[in-house]
Amino acid sequence: MAGFDKRVASYEEAMEGIEDGMTVIAGGFGLCGIPENLIAEIKRRGVTNLTVVSNNCGVDGFGLGLLLEDHQISKIVASYVGENAMFEQQMLNDEIDVVLTPQGTLAEKMRVGGAGIPAFYTATGYGTPIGEGKEVREFNGRHYILEEAITGDFAIVKGWKADRYGNVMYRHTAQNFNPMAATAGKITVVEVEEIVEPGELEPSQIHTPGIYVDRIIQGTFEKRIEKRTVRS
Amino acid sequence: MALTREQMAQRVARELEDGFYVNLGIGIPTLVANYVPEGIDVMLQSENGLLGMGRFPTEEEVDPDMINAGKQTITTRPGAAIFSSAESFAMIRGGHVDLTVLGAFEVDQEGNIASWMIPGKLIKGMGGAMDLVAGADNIICTMTHASKHGESKLLEKCSLPLTGAGCINRVLTDLAYLEIKEGAFILKERAPGVSVEEIVEKTAGKLIVPDHVPEMTFE
Repeated sequence: MAGFDKRVASYEEAMEGIEDGMTVIAGGFGLCGIPENLIAEIKRRGVTNLTVVSNNCGVDGFGLGLLLEDHQISKIVASYVGENAMFEQQMLNDEIDVVLTPQGTLAEKMRVGGAGIPAFYTATGYGTPIGEGKEVREFNGRHYILEEAITGDFAIVKGWKADRYGNVMYRHTAQNFNPMAATAGKITVVEVEEIVEPGELEPSQIHTPGIYVDRIIQGTFEKRIEKRTVRS
Repeated sequence: MALTREQMAQRVARELEDGFYVNLGIGIPTLVANYVPEGIDVMLQSENGLLGMGRFPTEEEVDPDMINAGKQTITTRPGAAIFSSAESFAMIRGGHVDLTVLGAFEVDQEGNIASWMIPGKLIKGMGGAMDLVAGADNIICTMTHASKHGESKLLEKCSLPLTGAGCINRVLTDLAYLEIKEGAFILKERAPGVSVEEIVEKTAGKLIVPDHVPEMTFE
């Protein structure tokens, strides 16, 4: 039993072992479904020279944007990095290395990273700057480029509900990149809104099985909205 | 008269078919959802991981965990499904989406599209655009025919870095509806009151003009 109890008591414990120069894979899309407290803990620890893999880089003052304030990120792999003035500044000053990656390719890089597949061919990016320098192969008359997997020293993930075994469910579109991120970390840390008793989660409804998860913590979340849009 | 943004959306919406799964990009493509013809049911895909996008929420319905690919708060419609980003792009890359509508800076006569990067200007990223154009057989590109300075955006060869190569076969501009086939734009329809001469003048790429080019009609 104890061997399967992934719960940790504090955020400090949740991010134990993170060091300068590590690669951190983060779930989230925009500010939706981001591991906001785990990011805040990385900020508190002050580790630097991080490579961050995430679809976006937060906004000024929230999400991964927090890690830009003290220059903790030296490289980011992302598909879209607009809406962030501090990021733009650091990019223009060459303080941060940006590897723009098509969104589907980024998701697949994480997925195969966790699945033990070192690389895959995709038509995405062929004939564009993204394909430059990459191996090209033709299958059935179509060109594909070789893209390599991504794995991280840490994966930080935001879930909705989990049990102590590390089984996780996500809520609505807060799922996004989280399930793939969860598979691709040497140490995968998941923060959730609620840790429920074993047996409460329907086994067939679990998005991320506990085998991928090393640490689970229950937190409270601000869940900031980036573009509140309502109908009149 | 050049088409308004709403008229462009209206024209694109006529290409929708009952039972289509459709991905709409940001800008004019988003407006297409407002003009789905009566009696036709389409399912909107949002690449962050939602199939069956509904209307924008009321103030009470706003949920930070429910957003679209433009990061706007959204709702789901009956029959909707939610999934991971990997699953989402599997359906895009795998050619399961019936129609993709997106904007562009430039399109050329070979079906190349440039939509994500202007060298020298700040680069924000391609998001899902490269996957969308690589995965879909059926893409409509919406854009203005020429820049504010009158420079054509329908070119012999794109001058900006590409989003995708040889993937665009239909373009709707504010002046015309065109197909791209065998290295040329084919003029299919013109905006009400816009002459063929004006379209010819503002198309830098090879343009084939049939004997009769019908005018679009709007209610």
